[in-house]
Amino acid sequence: MEKLKQHIIDKDESVISITGLYKSFGDLEVLKGIDFNLLKGENVAVLGKSGTGKSVLIKIIVGLLKPDKGEVVVLGKHVDQLQGKELDAMRLRIGFSFQNSALYDSMNVYQNLAFPLTMNFKNLSNKEVKDAVEEVIEAVGLKEKLKQMPSDLSGGQRKRIGIARTLILKPEIMLYDEPTSGLDPITSAEIIELINDVQREYNTSSVIITHDLTCAKNTGNRIAMMFEGKFLKLGKFDEVFDTDNEQMKGFFNYNFIQ
Amino acid sequence: MYNYKTKKYILSKGLDDYFTGIHSAYKFTALFFKEVFKRPFHLREVINQSFEVGLKSLALISLTGFIVGIVFTKQSRPSLEDFGATSWLPSLIGIAIIKALGPLVTALICAGKVGSSIGAELGSMKVTEQIDAMEVSAINPFKYLVVTRVLATTIAIPVLALYCSFVALYGSYINVHAEETSSIISFYQNAFKTINFLDITTSVVKTIVYGFTIGIVGCYKGYNATQGTRGVGKAANQAVVLAMFLIFVEEVIIVQISNWFRYF
Repeated sequence: MEKLKQHIIDKDESVISITGLYKSFGDLEVLKGIDFNLLKGENVAVLGKSGTGKSVLIKIIVGLLKPDKGEVVVLGKHVDQLQGKELDAMRLRIGFSFQNSALYDSMNVYQNLAFPLTMNFKNLSNKEVKDAVEEVIEAVGLKEKLKQMPSDLSGGQRKRIGIARTLILKPEIMLYDEPTSGLDPITSAEIIELINDVQREYNTSSVIITHDLTCAKNTGNRIAMMFEGKFLKLGKFDEVFDTDNEQMKGFFNYNFIQ
Repeated sequence: MYNYKTKKYILSKGLDDYFTGIHSAYKFTALFFKEVFKRPFHLREVINQSFEVGLKSLALISLTGFIVGIVFTKQSRPSLEDFGATSWLPSLIGIAIIKALGPLVTALICAGKVGSSIGAELGSMKVTEQIDAMEVSAINPFKYLVVTRVLATTIAIPVLALYCSFVALYGSYINVHAEETSSIISFYQNAFKTINFLDITTSVVKTIVYGFTIGIVGCYKGYNATQGTRGVGKAANQAVVLAMFLIFVEEVIIVQISNWFRYF
């Protein structure tokens, strides 16, 4: 209990607070001093080229990777200091949507959705699990796919089921890793709408990792522009791209084909 | 100007990698023993995996055991005939199959079939981030995937080895019966006449060790797979090769230890 108490830090309205974050893999420095706050109920889209460390950032937030240096406070707790049950308890409050959906390919859609619930809450009745699965599958609009295997689904459907699987634990924070990558524009628009629906209906705060400017513009209340392991700019979409920085102009022009 | 940063090795790249590999395998095995006694036990998954291991190998083990019994009997008969000792055939077959061939044939088949399957399955789950997905859902993937599979192979392979020995003895009986009239009961009685408690215990211990080895090696290789689909194939292949190598090493060690007990 004492250990739990020492992680509780009062940060006004911030659900994620990162200060001076560094991360390297061998000689490769990936994150070089990230400072960032995510406010309650807010969506922040993190934009940047592939390989700039965007996915590493959210993997550190959820405790899949340990930072080399810096402070990462999520829901009032220092993530890098959490272990075992404390870390699990925090992870139950965070939803993580993987770039390739990461659905369990030996289970059908129903089993994929029920799995996090049945493994974490052993005393739930079958009816309670079924109701929870039906609620989230309806939220992502794929009720007719419950008995299908992940291999029978399209890329967009897999993304939706991946998001539904995180929603079943009613997370306070959602982390999306490249939610629209590899999707056609129409399916991308559907996923963008879903991300906004999740923010509204489940009252989540989200970090959306993307290199898709349309996705960032339509889902992010704020945009963080990341280059070579650092945030170059953080603010509203128009503020971020009102710049003379060549790298950022290049990124903007390429995405909107100007 | 390029900034070359060369990695420094303590001995050499090969030796460093070799010892790092041993240390990492040791840590993986130690983690298994730490987790196996902790709740939750996932008993349903252990039972599912045990059935999976058993059913997957049953047909092949039946066929191989039967053929081993027939072939071994056919090849032993001429030598025994030279000494006028064909009546010793059931005892010879009993010793060979129960003490050595049954457990070894079962272990090698399971290393190929079950070990590669575990290596490929976990490897695929690793490279497609399914293991990370479990972890972020507050599910302990080591406990759910590794502990259950290692327990399943440790339980199912001794049962399969016992079954394989009986099928091999039956194959041998068919061959003996074709040459001379004998009842199946007297054949089995003669086969077990020279087998004592220590032999049975050694065989059971051997198959438990083989089962554990196949499970832990398959899981270790799969759980640490890297480099996408190529890594999955590599994990499956290495799981088989390493498990087979360790099985032969363990065979020598266990036989040596059992002989110490025999003459103690």
